[in-house]
Amino acid sequence: MITKLLVGLDGHSSGERALAHGQKLANLIGDCELIVAYVIEWSPFSFQTAEENAQRHKRREEEIALAQTRVIDPAVAKLKASGMKVKGVVRHGNVADTLDALAKSQGAEMIIVGRTAESGIGARIFGSSASNLVMQASVPVTVVN
Amino acid sequence: MQTAIKRTAAILAAMALAAPAMAQEAQSLDAKVNAAFASATGPFVNFIFASFPGTNFPWIVMWLVIGATIFTLYFGFVQFRFFGHAISLVKGDYSDPNDAGEVSHFQALATALSGTVGLGNIAGVAVAVGIGGPGATFWMILAGLMGMASKFTECTLGVKYRNEYPDGTVSGGPMYYMKKGFGELGLPGGGALAVLFSVFCILGALGGGNMFQANQAHAQIANITGPFPGWITGVVFALIVFAVIVGGVKSIARVTEKVVPFMGILYVGAALIVLIVEYDRIGWAFGQIFEGAFSGLGVAGGLVGALIQGFKRAAFSNEAGVGSAAIAHSAVRTKEPITEGFVSLLEPFIDTVVICTMTALVITISGQLITDPETGRFVLNEAGTAISTIDGNTGVALTSAAFATAFSWFPYVLAIAVILFAFSTMISWSYYGLKAWTYLFGEGYAQELSFKLIFCVFIVIGAAANLGPVIDFSDAAIFAMAVVNITALYFLMKLVRIEMLSYTSRMRSGQIRKFAG
Repeated sequence: MITKLLVGLDGHSSGERALAHGQKLANLIGDCELIVAYVIEWSPFSFQTAEENAQRHKRREEEIALAQTRVIDPAVAKLKASGMKVKGVVRHGNVADTLDALAKSQGAEMIIVGRTAESGIGARIFGSSASNLVMQASVPVTVVN
Repeated sequence: MQTAIKRTAAILAAMALAAPAMAQEAQSLDAKVNAAFASATGPFVNFIFASFPGTNFPWIVMWLVIGATIFTLYFGFVQFRFFGHAISLVKGDYSDPNDAGEVSHFQALATALSGTVGLGNIAGVAVAVGIGGPGATFWMILAGLMGMASKFTECTLGVKYRNEYPDGTVSGGPMYYMKKGFGELGLPGGGALAVLFSVFCILGALGGGNMFQANQAHAQIANITGPFPGWITGVVFALIVFAVIVGGVKSIARVTEKVVPFMGILYVGAALIVLIVEYDRIGWAFGQIFEGAFSGLGVAGGLVGALIQGFKRAAFSNEAGVGSAAIAHSAVRTKEPITEGFVSLLEPFIDTVVICTMTALVITISGQLITDPETGRFVLNEAGTAISTIDGNTGVALTSAAFATAFSWFPYVLAIAVILFAFSTMISWSYYGLKAWTYLFGEGYAQELSFKLIFCVFIVIGAAANLGPVIDFSDAAIFAMAVVNITALYFLMKLVRIEMLSYTSRMRSGQIRKFAG
């Protein structure tokens, strides 16, 4: 049976480290598929002006295209070149919730994310995405330093 | 197209030249402009606000209430049967996770609400209760509940017949459903109605959605700082609005988006605290509302006076049947237009049944309205036109004084709330006006820019001058929108019914169900 690992990317070096760790584990496990995901932070309960609403569909397409070309495509290409099975996903939503939902729907054994340097009052009150994921996830989570 | 651009450019140039002059000389010109404008627009204003012969009941209020009643009966009390389903939709229970990142039902509702919650809920209710007594509240709630069906009808059509462009943006609203819906039914006149609606919508956006707001915001600021020329407020407001709608300065819009709902919650929260502190008088206040609704408790005009004020306030406040909300709601991304109709019926509920009622209860409980201790009836002012208040306050000042009985600092918060509500209403109406404008003159950067500049110029005019007839005219334009819109809705409501029957049968068969998670 094939083992699936979900790697959360953030477009920064922390995501790169998570990906490197995922690749290492996959090599150790053998028959393994890596799912690399980029979550665009978004809430259906935010407030927008009427004009922003009218352009939302267009903006969403642009955001997905940007995440795909800047983050996901290079990572997928790199892994494929080294002979790995890999799948790239871009989603909108709360980072922790969306990664957990993805892990469930894709049947991943583990989620691997990097420790981000989120700071400020927001992170102090609500916690960082990585710590929220550790608290909520329904599969084991590895946080790479 | 070319002539359209030239024409708008010409209008624009004229406005730009006229604006500073008008702002500075507004005071001296006031009387002249008032007289000229009043005589030019008087017949139209008088027609819209005309009363039935022998009464002081404006026919336009009856028009809105009859429309709401017909929609309520035609859709079998949709506002009660689908109230719970509407809340489920807003919570996102029926949203496909794969559509995350698109405009949600919540966002469309919040955007539409920020266009309607405002001065009407604060100042308008005080006027209604001040003239019609607490009994007006009963009729206001009733009209609000009926108006939910009007919103349901227009917003379903707004989503169903919107234009979706190849670049992914959308344009929707009554002008689109009039043209396309009438075409689909093979009826003539859809195009003409759409043009008529667009003209009234532009006038309403520049008037009620702009000049009136700027004017009232200036009045609030001047109330705290002392008198100063209105054009200063106007220029500041115009610059901020310009930065948002022309400059695309998202940060200002984003701050407003966050602060306006906060002010709304703060307002309702403050009202709740007043009600909790005075909990022993709530039963009495409701008693006053019910008794007043059927007896009038001696207010000006008695029972009919209370009824007119309540109906009028609800209609003026939640804009049900006017068609403006259909423009705001049409941006939502959904495969089922009817779901947006269900969501939109929450709007008159929140605006009128909750927020307006809060204001009315606080004013009633505060004891600002003077009653005769022996008879328990209200004491009228000398002219006999309204109930006497402790400090002679009316409108927003009455609301302010009522809240001040509990919190002495509340007038300051209220002033800030009024200014922010005015600002968010302007941003919303600038969009409604823009959609009507581009419907007439075509989509494109030049057309959009010309309308946005005209809009900003009118903010200065609105804040600078006390042009009573202009405000009468713009209110009349908003209600003229309702005349055109409800006429179209009578012809198109069967299309909504088809959608509703299809949706409910698929809900029963289990085809439409909640997404797990």
